[in-house]
Amino acid sequence: MSVVCFVEQDAEGVIVDSSLRAVTFARMLSDQSGEEIVAVALSARARGSGGAGPGSLDGAGRNPAEGSLSEGVGQQGHEVLGAYGVGDVCLLVLPRTVGYAPRALATGLAQLAGAARASAVIAASTDHGNEVMAHLAALSHLPMVANCSEARRVGPTTLQLSRQRWGGSLIEDSVLEAAVALLTVATDEVAPVLAPAASEPAARTFTPELAETDIAVRAIESRDATSGVSLANAKVVVSGGRGIGGAEGFAAVEQLAGLLGGAVGVSRAVTSLGWRPHSEQVGQTGTRVSPDLYIACGISGAIQHLAGCQSAKVMVAINTDPQAPIMGRADYAVIGDVNAILPALVDALSQRSR
Amino acid sequence: MDILVCIKRVPMVGGRISLTPDGRGVDTEMLGFTMSPHEECAVEAAVRLVERDGGSVTALTLGPPEATDQLRDAIAVGANAAILLKTDGREWGPTATAAAITAVAEQHQAQTGRPYDLLLFGNEAADTGDYQVAVRVAHLLGHPCATGIKQLEVDVHGVHARREYRGVTELFELPLPAVLSVKEGINLPRYPSLPGRMRAKKAQIDEVDPEWQGDGLKLDGLRVPISERRQAAILGHGVEAVPALVDLLERLGVLS
Ligand SMILES: Cc1cc2nc3c(=O)[nH]c(=O)nc-3n(C[C@H](O)[C@H](O)[C@H](O)COP(=O)(O)OP(=O)(O)OC[C@H]3O[C@@H](n4cnc5c(N)ncnc54)[C@H](O)[C@@H]3O)c2cc1C
Ligand SMILES: Nc1ncnc2c1ncn2[C@@H]1O[C@H](COP(=O)(O)O)[C@@H](O)[C@H]1O
Repeated sequence: MSVVCFVEQDAEGVIVDSSLRAVTFARMLSDQSGEEIVAVALSARARGSGGAGPGSLDGAGRNPAEGSLSEGVGQQGHEVLGAYGVGDVCLLVLPRTVGYAPRALATGLAQLAGAARASAVIAASTDHGNEVMAHLAALSHLPMVANCSEARRVGPTTLQLSRQRWGGSLIEDSVLEAAVALLTVATDEVAPVLAPAASEPAARTFTPELAETDIAVRAIESRDATSGVSLANAKVVVSGGRGIGGAEGFAAVEQLAGLLGGAVGVSRAVTSLGWRPHSEQVGQTGTRVSPDLYIACGISGAIQHLAGCQSAKVMVAINTDPQAPIMGRADYAVIGDVNAILPALVDALSQRSR
Repeated sequence: MDILVCIKRVPMVGGRISLTPDGRGVDTEMLGFTMSPHEECAVEAAVRLVERDGGSVTALTLGPPEATDQLRDAIAVGANAAILLKTDGREWGPTATAAAITAVAEQHQAQTGRPYDLLLFGNEAADTGDYQVAVRVAHLLGHPCATGIKQLEVDVHGVHARREYRGVTELFELPLPAVLSVKEGINLPRYPSLPGRMRAKKAQIDEVDPEWQGDGLKLDGLRVPISERRQAAILGHGVEAVPALVDLLERLGVLS
């Protein structure tokens, strides 16, 4: 028996942090049962990062194990997965697919989970993780539970789960009855933790049988020229809400963000009013941020907004209303009119740097 | 082009969530209701396509009788028809929900001889966030699907749907009929017009009574996460507080 965990890699082939959290979560189950964790990665070609050149796994006569290391997670990825307690690294080779093909991936995972006699299949609750697991669930007629933060096996086919609702503003405790548990992991809730003892995982490849319908939908990928500080990774986020009063007021928000080397964020009220683009929205249906410093200007602190910024290390609120819900989350606050305070702050900081 | 848009009635929780005494639901006594912003955008996308190319937009919800409010909201911004899959207030899981929606789509095809060309969903429901109803419906109907779509073009060849993932733009090209789930940001939904509101008030809503089915997941209870409730330290009032703010930024080491 095993616990299968789908792991994702970034453009450089490095295993992403959210997948290490998913592996940590998988250990919650495997530690109880003594099952092995099988990490499933995609061949570079199936990831869409080229890979058609030398070393292509589709080429004849190549040693699959060798292929898995050079084409898959790499030596470093292998060691990292070992450090997180993975016992077996399996490279999923999807013939005839280039680029992300969710249903093909799900079919591959289904066949692999069958061969590995998986009791659970786990992925990070990312766009790809949730999509692939939903396909796997539909293909295998099993329930799927998204955004889990805890799991405990209480019977051969029974798990006790905790999972997020409302983007993390509520926790649901529930019982899952399923021959194979299909779970995605709330990555802001489960921290990555190294295994007590590192393992040296075996490496192998798995080539599933795919049908035409499996590969019919696949991504044609193009890399963006991203400019400026990305909101999701910014160390400082200066956010403006309805209290800013209009599109013009955001000049001061931008200036402050610029002076602090940070990014501009906004609340949904602001995007709905058309003052700023949705790409800047922080929250449940926007971007999630976890900066060192979050400055919330004229934002009331609705739970759907906080869902996107509650992991900020330090939060400062500027608001006319000392009773605003944001005051129950912020560490520091200034009470007053943001349209007077922000320009004065920008002035003070500009003078200081001169 | 005939489009089915699926929306879910959810409570509009604000500053904090209160639970019912039995801890199994959100206390909605003092709350209004809405649909997810993702779903508002799905409705808007459907209405724009039909305004351009002709056809119809049918809004569907599975929920209690009061969920007709959300169907009327969809009609007010341009949907032509609405279907309520009426429940007794019990929560339905995603598998059963998908099966009930699929049955409506199949019945539409049986009656009109043509399938819905496009079925639009939100990327995830605002409350349960199951991330799967759209994909399950696609599998049941045998349609291609893509999720989390942020940009959409539809022409005679089919659907060109884009989204961003880890700095990469992913383009999916699907033939019709297709299933898509969309995310907020794909468009800026319009506000209802006065004639739209009038039309919504009078519109006829078709009702179906599906039978409740259990899912593999059984609810034990809900809880509000124990987040540290802080009381913000007040640095000061108005512009007088600016020096204290500068000091704080300095202490935090964010000034270069
Ligand atoms: C399913 C769902 C998903 C949602 N997703 C998101 C999301 O992703 N992101 C998001 O942000 N919201 C989201 N919302 C909306 C959320 O519930 C709130 O409506 C929204 O966050 C409010 O934005 P706001 O704080 O800017 O506006 P308001 O709630 O109107 O607050 C404005 C604040 O500004 C203060 N203020 C007014 N004037 C001044 C001034 N001159 N100086 C200083 N302060 C001033 C007021 O005291 C008030 O606290 C979602 C809602 C739902 C139902
Ligand atoms: N009860 C429901 N009635 C109508 N549509 C629903 C319902 N539940 C979910 N959906 C649709 O499916 C999408 C994804 O929901 P979920 O898989 O539950 O996160 C939602 O955004 C809606 O478009």
